[in-house]
Amino acid sequence: MTFAKTLTKVIGAATLLAGVVALSNLTARAEEEQPNPTRQQWTFAGAFGKYDKAQLQRGFKIYKEVCSNCHELHIPIRTLAQPGGPELSVDEVKALAASYTVKDGPNSSGEMFDRPGRPSDYFPAPFANPEAAAAALGSAPPDMSLLAKARKYERGFPAFVFDALPVPGGMYQELGPDYIYAILHGYEKDEDPNWNAYFPGHKIAMAKPLTDGQVDYTDGTPATLDQYAKDVASFLYWAAEPTLEDRKSLGVKVMIFLLVLSCLMYFTKRTIWSDVAH
Amino acid sequence: MHGLSTFEPKNGVVKWLEARLPILSFGYDSFVAYPTPKNLNYWWTFGAILSFMLIAQIVTGVVLTMHYTPEATMAFSSVEKIMRDVNWGWLMRYAHANGASMFFLAVYIHMFRGLYYGSYKNPREVLWILGVIIFLLMMATGFMGYVLPWGQMSFWGATVITNLFSAIPLVGDQVTVWLWGGYSVDNPTLNRFFALHYLLPFAIAAVVGLHVWALHVTGQNNPDGVDVQDIKKDCVPFTPHATMKDGLGVTVFLLLYCWFIFFTPNYLGDADNYIPANPMKTPPHIVPEWYFLPFYAILRSIPDKLMGVIAMFGAIAVLAFLPWLDTSKVRSAKYRPLYKKLFWGFVLVGIGLGYCGAMPAAEPYVTASRILSVLYFGFFAVLPILPKFERTLPVPATIAEAVLAKSESVKTAAAK
Repeated sequence: MTFAKTLTKVIGAATLLAGVVALSNLTARAEEEQPNPTRQQWTFAGAFGKYDKAQLQRGFKIYKEVCSNCHELHIPIRTLAQPGGPELSVDEVKALAASYTVKDGPNSSGEMFDRPGRPSDYFPAPFANPEAAAAALGSAPPDMSLLAKARKYERGFPAFVFDALPVPGGMYQELGPDYIYAILHGYEKDEDPNWNAYFPGHKIAMAKPLTDGQVDYTDGTPATLDQYAKDVASFLYWAAEPTLEDRKSLGVKVMIFLLVLSCLMYFTKRTIWSDVAH
Repeated sequence: MHGLSTFEPKNGVVKWLEARLPILSFGYDSFVAYPTPKNLNYWWTFGAILSFMLIAQIVTGVVLTMHYTPEATMAFSSVEKIMRDVNWGWLMRYAHANGASMFFLAVYIHMFRGLYYGSYKNPREVLWILGVIIFLLMMATGFMGYVLPWGQMSFWGATVITNLFSAIPLVGDQVTVWLWGGYSVDNPTLNRFFALHYLLPFAIAAVVGLHVWALHVTGQNNPDGVDVQDIKKDCVPFTPHATMKDGLGVTVFLLLYCWFIFFTPNYLGDADNYIPANPMKTPPHIVPEWYFLPFYAILRSIPDKLMGVIAMFGAIAVLAFLPWLDTSKVRSAKYRPLYKKLFWGFVLVGIGLGYCGAMPAAEPYVTASRILSVLYFGFFAVLPILPKFERTLPVPATIAEAVLAKSESVKTAAAK
């Protein structure tokens, strides 16, 4: 049994050592890098989350007036009228689409031609190709259609475990919008418009894009950077996840169904096994 | 466990079919009358859960294929079309992507169950090896499936993993070019991965058929690890007993699966895979899917590329030798105090390796994954000599006796 005891001790010690080694540097590493974004309140978070239509419309206004000058948003214009989104009216979407000029063709004589946009068109890109964007701006701005799902930050152990669970403070799936919100707040040095507290390495190609009062809000919402950041991050999350409301509302029904089914299955199983010692 | 067919066709059509293809009696004997040990616990429902997951993956996968385009410039946007424009496309894709994770979660539990209760031991060696083959096929399928959306992590994951083959001496570079269908991961690679990703699940289904066949020849192991002596006393018919219990297991597992699909669908994925593949831009951390992380950590723990690759594949291959590495006569860890400790140590090592695999290849994780890799192989190295030092507990003679002892201990506990 001495071998057994030694073996247990060796395994225990080695596992512990590996764990300690792995955890020791974590805090040190976090301090060297940029701070983590802080978690914001979003209407679309949680199991019953829904988008705030008015907020998405404001976010779209910011996209249209500011972001779209440099960023592509590769989604069809018609989606703005879909349920579970900004829900513009069909006429509004038609008028909006017509305000864009779209290259189409070739026509019967083989020529490309310009025509007014239709709701089924995608939002036109500000540059012909990423190379043109890079030539004009220094580096090509990312397409915004999936931006809110393509960004995250390291949560570390044990936070990442709770992010998946339905516990208080858990179910955290909005790292992308929080990152975008933080970036828009991260321009802290007036002398350097390309310095961002939250961007890895702090040097961001996008100079401070939004300031207080830049975009007019007509619904009485305060025209502040903080509000802009929230609204545009929400809009981008909708752009990346336009089926969120369908998904969550179906999910609640599915979970209720499965819970009831599990109970029925359990009692049926118990009855079937009741005359068997097991 | 066969040869006790009680199937007696009464219906004329059934009799006619039975005389020509006895598929109904086969189904009846395998899934209705089949004797299943009555002391099985819920860890034994994972076989049914895995069958369910395989079917779920094939069904969602076939539907996704109808809308997906396996071409390097169109793959990413075709997935986005599925998410945005295809009716219920988001459900199919989230179910398929999370289904892969659930499939692996279930298979790991299934394997650890086999490990704990000694299910790989005589006479179930072939059953176990077929399981290892299924696991390998699953890994290949999962890896190739992850490449198909053609995001950043798809592309760079494929680059890292296919590059491993260049470590093969003499012919490594040629093998890699052959795998790629070119001089780097590109459209031909995507095309062949798609073809194989569609093919392999059916290969898995075939090996699952063999796995179930082998299971039905030897019969199931059980938590006490004792052989069935008397079918009447030790077993219950598969239907309704096991069918109902498996059904409950599948339903509860579905709760977890649906939680991921509907509420945290991107939790197990990597955010970088929502960026289209860009061969000119390497992501800062290339991380495989979570179910590969322990093996990825073993790969990275060795500085030499070839040795790392050998260690990684060795970590899976060694499982196939388990029936002969473990020389103990007692099957279940329930009666093996030392093995039980070792088993839980092995589980912790696996989780630790997984954590290290997710972290950047820097200190302290390199040292940690080296220690853990040694412990991983140490587990298998210790098994052959373990019985010399282990005093096993008395094993019940029959399943009926084990069940009786259990119910009596419950009674005594209740009396106290």
